Amino acid sequence: MTETAGISIRLEQDFPIPLNIDLAVDPGEILAIVGPSGSGKSTCLRAVAGLHKPSIGRIVCNGATWFDTAAGINLDARRRRVGLVFQSYALFPHLTTLENVLEALRDRPPERRRHEALAQLARVRLEGLEERLPRQLSGGQQQRVAVARALARRPDVLLLDEPFSAVDRVTRQRLQRELAELRHDLEMPILLVTHDLDEAARLADRICVIHHGRSLQTASPETVMARPQSPLVARLVDLRNVFSGVVTGHRAEAGKTLLEWQGRCIEARLSKAFPPGAAVTWCIPADSIIVHRRDRPSKGERENPVSGIVREAVRLGQTTELVIVVGDDVRQPFHLEIPTHVARRNGIEVGAAIGFSLRAEAVHLMTPEPDGAGQ
Amino acid sequence: MEWDALWLSVRLGGLTVLILLPLAIVVGRLLAVTKVAGKSLIEASLALPIVLPPTVIGLYLLVAFGAGSWVGALWQELFGHTLVFTFEGLLIASVIVNIPFAVQPIQRAFEAISPELREAAACCGLSRWRSLWRIELPLAWPGIMTGMVLTFAHTLGEFGVVLMVGGNISGETRTISIAIYDRVQAFDNAAAGKMAGVLLLISLVTIALSFLFAQRVGRRDD
Repeated sequence: MTETAGISIRLEQDFPIPLNIDLAVDPGEILAIVGPSGSGKSTCLRAVAGLHKPSIGRIVCNGATWFDTAAGINLDARRRRVGLVFQSYALFPHLTTLENVLEALRDRPPERRRHEALAQLARVRLEGLEERLPRQLSGGQQQRVAVARALARRPDVLLLDEPFSAVDRVTRQRLQRELAELRHDLEMPILLVTHDLDEAARLADRICVIHHGRSLQTASPETVMARPQSPLVARLVDLRNVFSGVVTGHRAEAGKTLLEWQGRCIEARLSKAFPPGAAVTWCIPADSIIVHRRDRPSKGERENPVSGIVREAVRLGQTTELVIVVGDDVRQPFHLEIPTHVARRNGIEVGAAIGFSLRAEAVHLMTPEPDGAGQ
Repeated sequence: MEWDALWLSVRLGGLTVLILLPLAIVVGRLLAVTKVAGKSLIEASLALPIVLPPTVIGLYLLVAFGAGSWVGALWQELFGHTLVFTFEGLLIASVIVNIPFAVQPIQRAFEAISPELREAAACCGLSRWRSLWRIELPLAWPGIMTGMVLTFAHTLGEFGVVLMVGGNISGETRTISIAIYDRVQAFDNAAAGKMAGVLLLISLVTIALSFLFAQRVGRRDD
């Protein structure tokens, strides 16, 4: 990305919370910043909006420098064209829906403001609610007013700070659908801060995983979920099947790397970066583990077949979570989710033997973490 | 009924409110919103008039306003008369004594406004002035009203400081509270009672009006 389109963000600070962020978002792209509470997600967004000043950094939006510590530039929040949707929406409680949006239109000719405000409200399906006060609106409606107000500013970047966290699940899914539809008309870069990985995966083009203020990996949701850059990222994106092994060799012609794990050979996607003898951490997404049927052979049964004993089977409505111990190693069990009816039909319960295959293509290798890292 | 004493009290209360209103909004907001060094010390100093006996404040002000002090000397040089035992002296004393009654409710009102609203206003591109006028002042309004009503009511009832600084000069510094005291001293309980009744009525109406007003603002928020 060049610095003339979209936004590039580089932030560094040690206090009050450490930050080491390097990001670039293209026009029309949604980048989700994901991380646990206190990881610096919101601080990063506030720095872009001009509400927080990190000690070192540079923010360039559409070619305009908003913040540059080297050049002594720090544009006031009023002069950065940002649309910020706060987690609590921060609607002006004494102003009507229409007045809330009108406040963001002060830089337009007076005769056009009302028309534009009404158009923004119509865009988020709030026709007829123009004269309501925020307290007279539902949570979902309030969120839409906040989005309309943010967009009314005609922002160069749209910032969404956990915008769906304050509403119930049904409303959240509806609002997420609406944002997914709305984004096709939006030409500015969009930064979405969330702790909800599923939400990030559903809405974002790319995910940036941050931890203790550091951006660890920025890639498509599929890449981050299936091929995390490090065991720490794997843990942060809730990949639970993470194991330690040793590389025994490569079969380049077959596109495979071979691992030794628990005395057995595991085939993985070719990763020449790890030489034979190297200790590795490997992981596999749960959806690439195929449970074998008991009565007849399953598809791909010969691909990394593993058998174990079900140690835990927790039924959570339609799905059942299984914890499976392979061999003697109880510290690194497999975690699997299968439909409850499948578990029932196949007699999968605590103590039962179970066989499954690991899709070689989905076995991903990482450099092991030094002890205690990322804790 | 000493109408001129009542009128003097009302005038004193009204002018005190007028002078304190902008000052208290500036100071109250500053203390509520910005990180001022030595904030606790400033707050404690501003709250002093609540805890100090009125006679003590009165004494200090009497000394400060006297021709022997630089304040008194400067005043005399500028206006040709001393501050002590004049309406102007009384007004300045009244403003000082009422600082905590005006500042504290206004400070609390600004503190109650979520910082995110100020940030949202900034992100909407509102100027600081527009943000104050359009967002903060309307939201802080009930607190501002409370501060003003408390100041007015407190001025009407102030006795110790007024007596120390202003004395008891009819038409100049004789307020309704002092007139009541004066009548009681003269065993004219009927006149004292009448004035006390009028004072009670004025106070009641003022506070009722302010409550009504605050409710209206509150209803708009519902």
